[in-house]
Amino acid sequence: MTAGGAWETVVGLEVHCELATASKLFCGCRNAFGDEPNTDICPVCLGLPGSLPVVNEAAVELAMRIGTALNCEIRPSLFHRKNYFYPDMPKDYQVSQYDEPINVNGHLDLPDGSRVGIVRAHIEEDTGKTTHIGESGRIHGAAYALVDYNRAGVPLVEIVSAPDIRSGEQAKAYVNELRAILVAIGASDARMEEGSLRIDANVSVRPAPAGAPLGTRAEIKNLNSVRSLTRAVDYEARRQAELLEAGGRVVQETRHWDENAGRTSTLRSKEEAEDYRYFPEPDLAPLDVKAAVVLPKLPAERRADLAARAGVAPVDTQLVVEAGLDDLVAAAVQAGVEPRLALTRAANEVAGRTEAPDAAAFVATLRLEQEGTLTATQSKQVLARVVGGGDPAAVARELGFEALAAGALASTVDATIAAHVEEWNRYQMGEDKLTGFFVGKVMAATGGKADGRAVTALLRERRGS
Amino acid sequence: MTAVETGAAVRAGRRRARDVVEQHLAEIEAREGDVHAFNLVLAAEARADADEIDRRVDAGEDPGPLAGVPVALKDNLCTRGVPTTCGSRILDGWRPPYDATVVSRLRGAGAVLIGKTNMDEFAMGSSTENSAFGPTRNPHDLTKVPGGSSGGSAAAVAAGMAGVALGSDTGGSIRLPASLCGVVGVKPTYGRVSRYGLVAYASSLDQIGPLAPTVADAAVTLDVIGGHDPADSTSIPEPSPGVSGQLAAGVEGLRVGIVHELTWDADPDVVARVVAAGRALEEAGARVEEEAHVPAAVYGLSAYYLIAPAEASSNLARYDGARYGLRVEGADVNAMYHATRSAGFGPEVKLRIMLGTYALSAGYYDAYYGQAQRVRTLIIRDFAAAYERFDVLLAPTSPSTAFTIGARTQDPLAMYLVDVCTIPANLAGIPAMSVPYGVGDDGLPVGVQVLAPALGERAMFRAAAALEASLG
Repeated sequence: MTAGGAWETVVGLEVHCELATASKLFCGCRNAFGDEPNTDICPVCLGLPGSLPVVNEAAVELAMRIGTALNCEIRPSLFHRKNYFYPDMPKDYQVSQYDEPINVNGHLDLPDGSRVGIVRAHIEEDTGKTTHIGESGRIHGAAYALVDYNRAGVPLVEIVSAPDIRSGEQAKAYVNELRAILVAIGASDARMEEGSLRIDANVSVRPAPAGAPLGTRAEIKNLNSVRSLTRAVDYEARRQAELLEAGGRVVQETRHWDENAGRTSTLRSKEEAEDYRYFPEPDLAPLDVKAAVVLPKLPAERRADLAARAGVAPVDTQLVVEAGLDDLVAAAVQAGVEPRLALTRAANEVAGRTEAPDAAAFVATLRLEQEGTLTATQSKQVLARVVGGGDPAAVARELGFEALAAGALASTVDATIAAHVEEWNRYQMGEDKLTGFFVGKVMAATGGKADGRAVTALLRERRGS
Repeated sequence: MTAVETGAAVRAGRRRARDVVEQHLAEIEAREGDVHAFNLVLAAEARADADEIDRRVDAGEDPGPLAGVPVALKDNLCTRGVPTTCGSRILDGWRPPYDATVVSRLRGAGAVLIGKTNMDEFAMGSSTENSAFGPTRNPHDLTKVPGGSSGGSAAAVAAGMAGVALGSDTGGSIRLPASLCGVVGVKPTYGRVSRYGLVAYASSLDQIGPLAPTVADAAVTLDVIGGHDPADSTSIPEPSPGVSGQLAAGVEGLRVGIVHELTWDADPDVVARVVAAGRALEEAGARVEEEAHVPAAVYGLSAYYLIAPAEASSNLARYDGARYGLRVEGADVNAMYHATRSAGFGPEVKLRIMLGTYALSAGYYDAYYGQAQRVRTLIIRDFAAAYERFDVLLAPTSPSTAFTIGARTQDPLAMYLVDVCTIPANLAGIPAMSVPYGVGDDGLPVGVQVLAPALGERAMFRAAAALEASLG
């Protein structure tokens, strides 16, 4: 759902990603998720009086990898201080990059062929994590708050897109592609559920068709999943369109997404916005541009490669490439497995599993399925059992998956037809939906060992169509 | 006995570190009640450290060049487990969990920490009257200020309560009290001495340096604390300056100029001592021209009072009661911040935080902070031009000798003007030191300021040693 016919949705995303460095941005403390609160801390990341920051070169290198992957211009850059008071910010200022960021003017191409501009991707330090204790779990009504400084000083790169996104669906595609890239180049584990990828969306609407000046935008926070992002963008665009239709006016403000209620609400207006009093961080020297970084193949190129080898469209390889299973599918196709079958089984039966079959077992299983020795259901069960390797044929025997001999299957089909003459007559008259009825009966008669596709083929043969 | 002599005697086993410490503790016992140089005297710790130095000497080890020398530390230098107050209530009860780099280096050279010295709150002041713990008095005349903000360190050295001391200098806070108390005070090149563990006032200007009875004592101390430190990103990647070896080199052929613009605001008796210093260097073989010009230096004071408060407004934000130091409770977190900072900071600190906050605000940044940074660039350029003709420059350190306690506390601008001669070196990042050079009409000490180009500490110390020698 988008804003609707008369209105065009305009979205720009700010994505904060935690870098996968071993240590923090300005000190040697561990950069890890889930440690005991306030154990990965030192005078520097606690901002104790007299402590000073030293830039972690590994973080700069990862920021440059991100800039390179997003086709950015990589420039000499400067850290600034962003001044505001908050208990989870140890120094009451955040060290960030302001008007001289390390990466500018890039773009990201999405699988559907659309291009989203990247305004900047700059380095900054993360804050600690505040937990409000009390009835609501939010700031208002909390009795007190606990602060964990383990996250304080963790390196972040904030990736700011141009307002080139036109729907919640496209926002989702952008984040998925960005996430795939961040993981592929080793910059971040990009897990929204752990907060290592955090998204704010700037949403506005303007009269369609395109070309009108940008409308007033609202910034939406608390987007904790890609699903939230998609829903929130579409909701907010619709809200603004309805407001404008009714003669109202959109105000520039920050809004909170309520996932349960499925709507956004005012968090703070622009009038309450703070003056951050940015100035160059005097404790750090400017950053020079280091030697160019060399990246592994990015997802877009891998999709194109695999699509060419499998003879399918690049968009069909997306799930497999995101899961890093390009080589597995390529090996199967090379060994004569039908590309669609290889892509489907890889995406559904292998992706996301902690343990996966090796290439040999994967290929052997799919060949058994393809030649009719295993049914689809049986093939999936075998794939689940040959993790790390194994002989699919032996596993199939252990599971009792002896494929029916072609003759035995044919006689079962004939017996089933004879037992259900009325249905058979209707099927012969063209009532195709009865295919399922007959396949089901044959399956029942064979204890699930029949291949559904083979049964369908026999039914068609008997009908003469 | 000078610090250099003490170190040599203790190293050689001719003198016990414990005896040196007892002598200084006795001096503290006798004079501290009048002078109030210290916020904290570490008597027990100093005795234990001295005994350890003696044990090491007995065991045939070499504790280092400052063996057994009692060192006083300005109370904005972090000392592990020892209260560090910055002369402020807001750090009530805070004990740093770490030593500043300079403190580790002093310990490594055999020095004994004898106490933490009084200072203007967060180093904001020129008289040590802005301390939350009461003013320090000038040992030469107890009705006068010692200068500031490192007034406690200067007074401790001047009164013989410490062998040497460390201070910090953001706009003259080492050199000014050194001048008013009649001791040597050095602000090294920005980045020469690690700031790690120095509680920040204005980060782009702050620099740690020694206060000492003699040029040689200042030199050995600077050699110990100077040199690259990877924990400070603004630390210059150069080894220790090695000034101790330069003291006997003389000034033959050294090109010396008196900075015309920095004599404008000084009293005639002070200017007379600067001119006398020039003549003394000429007699020692230097080529002295009366006038050097650093035209933009006259804007130094104005630029300083935008840049330093701006950085301070950010550096001091962290004292919010949430994590350490003073906390005054409030209805919510903002009320707690407000109550804590209202109670914890003194009036001068509040004034500078407000000035700095204003200077950085949207719409004012370019007119104030931006403009001040452009002035800074001009001062750097003018000094660079002067150093094409001169190796070192001379100037007054303070426009006057020590003034009476309370005389300027009601007039912030009059107080700020005390730093007019010292601020340009901080803005330019160049080294400068104050060397005692006689007395003014009132019989109180006058310091002559010796300035050198960045990393030019060796030439600066050669001139300083020659000046000291010329007094006989």
